[in-house]
Amino acid sequence: MSAAITLRRSRLTPRFVRGLLFQYAALLATLLGVVVLATLLIDVILDGAGSVDLAFLTSFPSRFPERAGIRAALLGTVWMISFTALFAFPLGVGAAVYLEEYAPDHWLTRLLGINIANLAGVPSIIYGLLGLALFVRTFGLGRSILAGALTMALLVLPLVIVSSREAIRAVPDSLREGALALGATRWQMVQRTVLPAALPGILTGAILALSRAIGETAPLITIGALTYIAFDPQSPLDLFTVLPIQIFNWISLPQPAFHARGAAAIVILLAMLLVMNSVAIFLRLRLERSARW
Amino acid sequence: MQTPALFRRRRRGREAAIHAVLFLCAAVSILTTVGIVVVLLGETVAFFQAVPIGEFLTGTRWTPLFASAHYGVLPLVNGTLLVAGCATLIALPLGLLSAMFLSEYAPPRLRAVLKPALELLAGIPTVVYGYFALLFVTPVLKRIWPDTQVFNALSASIVMAFMILPLMTSIADDSLRAVPRALREGAYALGATRFEVTTKVVLPGALSGVLAAVILSVSRAIGETMIVAIAAGQQPKMSLDLLSSIETMTAYIVQVSLGDTPQQGLAFRTIFAVGMLLFLLTLAMNVLGDWFVRRFREVYE
Repeated sequence: MSAAITLRRSRLTPRFVRGLLFQYAALLATLLGVVVLATLLIDVILDGAGSVDLAFLTSFPSRFPERAGIRAALLGTVWMISFTALFAFPLGVGAAVYLEEYAPDHWLTRLLGINIANLAGVPSIIYGLLGLALFVRTFGLGRSILAGALTMALLVLPLVIVSSREAIRAVPDSLREGALALGATRWQMVQRTVLPAALPGILTGAILALSRAIGETAPLITIGALTYIAFDPQSPLDLFTVLPIQIFNWISLPQPAFHARGAAAIVILLAMLLVMNSVAIFLRLRLERSARW
Repeated sequence: MQTPALFRRRRRGREAAIHAVLFLCAAVSILTTVGIVVVLLGETVAFFQAVPIGEFLTGTRWTPLFASAHYGVLPLVNGTLLVAGCATLIALPLGLLSAMFLSEYAPPRLRAVLKPALELLAGIPTVVYGYFALLFVTPVLKRIWPDTQVFNALSASIVMAFMILPLMTSIADDSLRAVPRALREGAYALGATRFEVTTKVVLPGALSGVLAAVILSVSRAIGETMIVAIAAGQQPKMSLDLLSSIETMTAYIVQVSLGDTPQQGLAFRTIFAVGMLLFLLTLAMNVLGDWFVRRFREVYE
């Protein structure tokens, strides 16, 4: 009896050892991604944190690395992202409301859905080519903040639509039926019942979409956003630059002193993203806590 | 004075107007696709009136900005596929192991920490990855192989692997978790260990999802711009040498956009022709990848 158990254990042992080795390998692979992320963050902070001070935030770029700052890039990013939100938010939420609450279930609706999924997979630089031909040339907007914001709005629109659709779909039908039973029209139901209930989810998705737009570089390079700007933008038709382009410009220069400026600008960019993502997470937590259905 | 009939008519009119406005919002996405196709097609057709399409697709020299211009796109395609292929080869084992760990091994609380941490990698702007590739990874590579060039395909590939890792892991994880519990329990009942269940039952059951993860990751890598524009160089060539400078399709578009190429000339049109090729390539892969994703979702329902 005990001999039989010993025999079985000895045959099982190599199988369990192999399993254990695999488990550790898989754990290591998972941790490797986290380790690389930490290395990247530490590397950037070590290179750049020392250069971050008030003068860095309020100075224009310069030929002398010790005087170069991100004033124009920071203002350009704020201008561009504000206008991107202005275009992408109403368009995205409107499209999501149409698809979830109005659209009949036929081929055109399915085509819209497939099309939005495919647009989300188009490389961002292609949007830059579209923006160059359409907004910069055909609409005659030049290399302006407006042209950049319109390009970015088209780029993030699929993300806003997809997350808004999910938020709207999560609103239970009982709320809709309650509103309709009280004599509300479809739009009254959407406006006063569905949208308020879905708002935290919609905002979370919109903030994450905008944080994607803040970090995008390629499409703005393609539409011809400049790398050297030494004035504050006054109107949406002004020339502009943004943080990622300023970073790219400094990295491309041969002097290590400019690389440190680039790292410092990355620290500011990552700090902005951290704030936006924290707001999104805070909204999501509030949403989960206040969900009554 | 509003009679009920007038009130109802006005209300109906307003509802119809709102319906139309919302439809127009949704139609913007269709217009975007149409816009992309029209712009790329228009410029590309004009380009092919000057350069034979055969030369473009089969030529092995790409020098449109030089006095003796050659318009063979293959060197750019070679650079693109080299970096995307290497990045995928690095990301695939890591992504699969991570997905198997998250789906089959990690206790829920560990999973709740590790999965968002991995997804943070997807939120890092690509220009930051470019900085990391050029100023951290390349110096390390230089210490290992002293003849590594300042701009090289390997550092871009390594960093790009970690950029696509979250996408790869999350699709593979989804597909592993879509394999029904009953299959796992059947295997356990036959005496299989957890390792055997994971590799011989769950993984084969999720094969179409794993394929989707690979295809969509390659597509993401092909379209990625800033890492290669910063770290991989600007030398289009037919070479598989990872330690030397190459150029990808996306990096070429950035190079021309930043330079002083006159916007009306043939040289500038090349970026639309290259963009068209990039668009078609990624579109084909995305459609194929989505087909595999739908397959693993449907197969167990």
